[in-house]
Amino acid sequence: MNKNTKLRKFHQAKWDEPIIFELGGKGERGILMPVAEKAIEAEIGDGISKLPAGIVRKKAPALPEIGQMQVLKHYLRMSQENLGADLNVDIGQGTCTMKYNPKINEQFAASHQFAELHPLQDESTIQGMLEIMYKTEHFLKEISGLDAFTFQPGGGSQAILGMATIVEKYHEAKGEGGKRDEIITTIFSHPSDYAAAAVKGYKIINIYQDENGIPDLAALKAAVSDRTAALFITNPEDTGIYNNKIVEFTKIVHDVGGLCGYDQANANGMLGITRAKEANFDLSFFNLHKTFASPHGCGGPACGALGVTRELAGFMPVPLVRFDGKAYTLDYNLPDSIGKIRCFYGSMSAVLKAYAWMMSLGDEGLKEVARIAVLNNNYLLKKILQIRGTSAPYAEGKHRIEQVRFSWEDLEKETGVSTFDVTCRMADFGFHMWSSHHPFVIPEPFTIEPTESYSKNEMDEYVAGLQQVSDEAYETPEIVKTAPHNSVIHRPKDDTLEDPLKWAITWRAYLKKCALGQRKRI
Amino acid sequence: MKTAHPYIPNSAPEVQAKMMDEIGIKDIDELYADIPQSIRFAGKMDISALPCEYDLKRHMNRILDRNNSCEENLNFLGGGCWQHYVPAICDEINHRSEFLTAYAGEPFEDHGRFQALFEYASMMGELLDMDVVNVPTYDWSQAASTSIRMAARITGRGQALVADTLAPDRLSAIRNYCKSFVEIMMVKHCPDTGKMDLEDLKSKLSPEIAAVYFENPSYIGTIEDQGRTISDMAHADGALSLVGVDPISLGVLLPPSNYGADIVCGDIQPLGIHMQYGGGHAGFIATRDEKKFVMEYPSRLFGIEATSEKGEYGFGDVTFDRTSFGDRENAKEFIGTATALWGITAGVYLALLGPEGITQVGKTILQRSQYAAKKISQINGVRMPLEKGIHFKEFVVDFSPSGKTVKTINQGLLEKKIFGGMDISGLFPELGNAAMFCITEIHTKEDIDTLVQALDSIING
Repeated sequence: MNKNTKLRKFHQAKWDEPIIFELGGKGERGILMPVAEKAIEAEIGDGISKLPAGIVRKKAPALPEIGQMQVLKHYLRMSQENLGADLNVDIGQGTCTMKYNPKINEQFAASHQFAELHPLQDESTIQGMLEIMYKTEHFLKEISGLDAFTFQPGGGSQAILGMATIVEKYHEAKGEGGKRDEIITTIFSHPSDYAAAAVKGYKIINIYQDENGIPDLAALKAAVSDRTAALFITNPEDTGIYNNKIVEFTKIVHDVGGLCGYDQANANGMLGITRAKEANFDLSFFNLHKTFASPHGCGGPACGALGVTRELAGFMPVPLVRFDGKAYTLDYNLPDSIGKIRCFYGSMSAVLKAYAWMMSLGDEGLKEVARIAVLNNNYLLKKILQIRGTSAPYAEGKHRIEQVRFSWEDLEKETGVSTFDVTCRMADFGFHMWSSHHPFVIPEPFTIEPTESYSKNEMDEYVAGLQQVSDEAYETPEIVKTAPHNSVIHRPKDDTLEDPLKWAITWRAYLKKCALGQRKRI
Repeated sequence: MKTAHPYIPNSAPEVQAKMMDEIGIKDIDELYADIPQSIRFAGKMDISALPCEYDLKRHMNRILDRNNSCEENLNFLGGGCWQHYVPAICDEINHRSEFLTAYAGEPFEDHGRFQALFEYASMMGELLDMDVVNVPTYDWSQAASTSIRMAARITGRGQALVADTLAPDRLSAIRNYCKSFVEIMMVKHCPDTGKMDLEDLKSKLSPEIAAVYFENPSYIGTIEDQGRTISDMAHADGALSLVGVDPISLGVLLPPSNYGADIVCGDIQPLGIHMQYGGGHAGFIATRDEKKFVMEYPSRLFGIEATSEKGEYGFGDVTFDRTSFGDRENAKEFIGTATALWGITAGVYLALLGPEGITQVGKTILQRSQYAAKKISQINGVRMPLEKGIHFKEFVVDFSPSGKTVKTINQGLLEKKIFGGMDISGLFPELGNAAMFCITEIHTKEDIDTLVQALDSIING
């Protein structure tokens, strides 16, 4: 690393790795599967001839045939062609709370006392797992002030679906199911606050931000009515600006008989600082794979731990975990339950890791997480705004909470270099820089969230990367516009992804379309 | 002097002071100025920390010791989560930092993730004999729910017929998800085979029906060999044929696309993913490569494409604007973080097994489960209610003739370190006082004989 510029002469691993179907050779074997004993064979036969002929597969699936070490090598090479938070300074994936996922927690999850548990085992044999679920629920109750949690939702979006389902059931129980057909959300809330709620049949109303960057209170007042089922809102939103009128928001919705759901997928700046309860929310959820340090796994397994107030606890999906002072049990006796969201109890690896993470921090440690995440963010805000071409729309001069949605609008206007170009070029230094969810309300957006995990030195490195790309945009824009140069691959052409004749979602579809002349072989 | 927490480097006071200087604040609290004091939390959360990693390990090991796993006992539970052998390479790959801790990088810097998931979809495509497979969703229930809603959008119809052998939990999730869009109605099964009652199907098919959905093998373990007839009947009325399938059966069983299924879904947990107390699930959805199907997926679909460098493979999102990441207001359902790592893992599993391995595992399961069913059926005091049907890895045993409840029998088994079959007494009245046993490739003859002897001694003394 250059000590003065803090830039690395980086090049990501590039193996030019073939597609797995291009590897191996006929007859190679990656693993041998158990074979039935001779005595069974003698008594039963081959097992297959007992099946009706019409249901037997005649031709084995055309899977690749590859030796074990070669399968390993192929996947290890692909892993090297991937950035992960363990390797890069992953602060450019704003909203997603990329933090350290402690390795010790992986050891717990790999133990057969966790990995080899069947969900229907007798309760006496899973007391440890139920204890972890019960105590994790207790911790989340402490953090939120809410009264009951379920781990069933397999991610934040499914938790939103869960909230919408509980909202629906609540209004049905009050005899207002048909009437209350609107859910209000904000444009800076996650796309699923719109889309997952719409899956339940709700009409969704978007509230836009006011000139200060917080959701427009007047617009909310205009939107609520006796049709309002709920408000689903994040706070702070993706801009990192805290909505200081949040208590008014929840009151306005409650006054018309609606419920208030707090999307705390990302609660990293809020732990022990302020809670759903004090802002009068009825429901909330935490993404255990974000704030609570369960790894993201390229996009799951994940858990959106969904919490509600006592008034709504009866609607929760079954089962809930109970403790009578001696033993832990699963309680299915919830007559008003919405039923099931996901099979069994949810992504238990995320729960196990979240529990271990909270136990390693405690009350003070969790508050420190929030405070340092916010400190880091404001440090970066200061540093990044010193880079030519950047801005942080709204709330000028004010502090932000845990993330900031910046803009390269000035850079784009002055140099023609877009957010996407910068993203491509940042990859040449080993950095990822994400833009924003759609729609791009803030032009040429990029969203930075440093969490508590990254050191000042690492953040300075990332800023040096942004500085370098900005300098290049003004001096030698071509190098940015043709980036990446040192990443795994070059810019994808994006010319076969929208055309039904050309797109290829599997290798077999690709081969067919090439053979038919619908697209060229790469 | 305060000790910095190892997970929070900037909790070191000197670094913190520098950063506060840079920002121009004296206290971190100033950064929270926007949060009204009235809603600030002044209390202490009842969460006490363990002092260091070693203490955490001791603490966690003590709790985990209170679990009694399927490795320490002989397990015959199935019912939607199954104990199969997990090859070492599967764990090796899904523990890799680069996959484990990555999230949403771009197609160039996260090329490995895109390629691994494209290859997963491609190998599933071979297994299913279909050309389009999604990046996995939460679980089978979600995959089935979305399949039904896709069918409703494609046909413009609002009702679906579902085999009544479905798992009650799955049915609950489907009803939740489809409510107010698709009315779910049940089709009866034949009580002695578990197969769909075609007369009942015929009487319920109408121009309002978007889809007929059944599973193969069914929740109660039976194989449906009338797939072609069911698909033809559905198609004749303009409905789609939807089949949920256990992918580990497809080395020996015909893939549903070969008997007319339009949308095939299921769970990949059997393909190299540990049970994890029910946390190892991930759902797949597969279709033919036709625009009318592809455009109705809510999932991400990764396509192979060229880059600016000649001969270089790249990947990207096919028709991204279908998804709620592309267009939140007009999206097909929604998309979010689900189960990508299990998709990568299932890909590793299929690559390891290859055509021979996937056929062998299916064959071994059939042989061992048929052997187990035969031996159990010979015990005095049991009845095999679905004996006229055929099963794959799970089968139902009715203990009514023994006069003992499943609960009593399972308690007796537990004392012998055996987790007996899932108690389904009451779920399907005609099956009686029934348990469902799951036999896979992991169960040796000795394991099965141990179970049979234990059952015999509990029932007959």
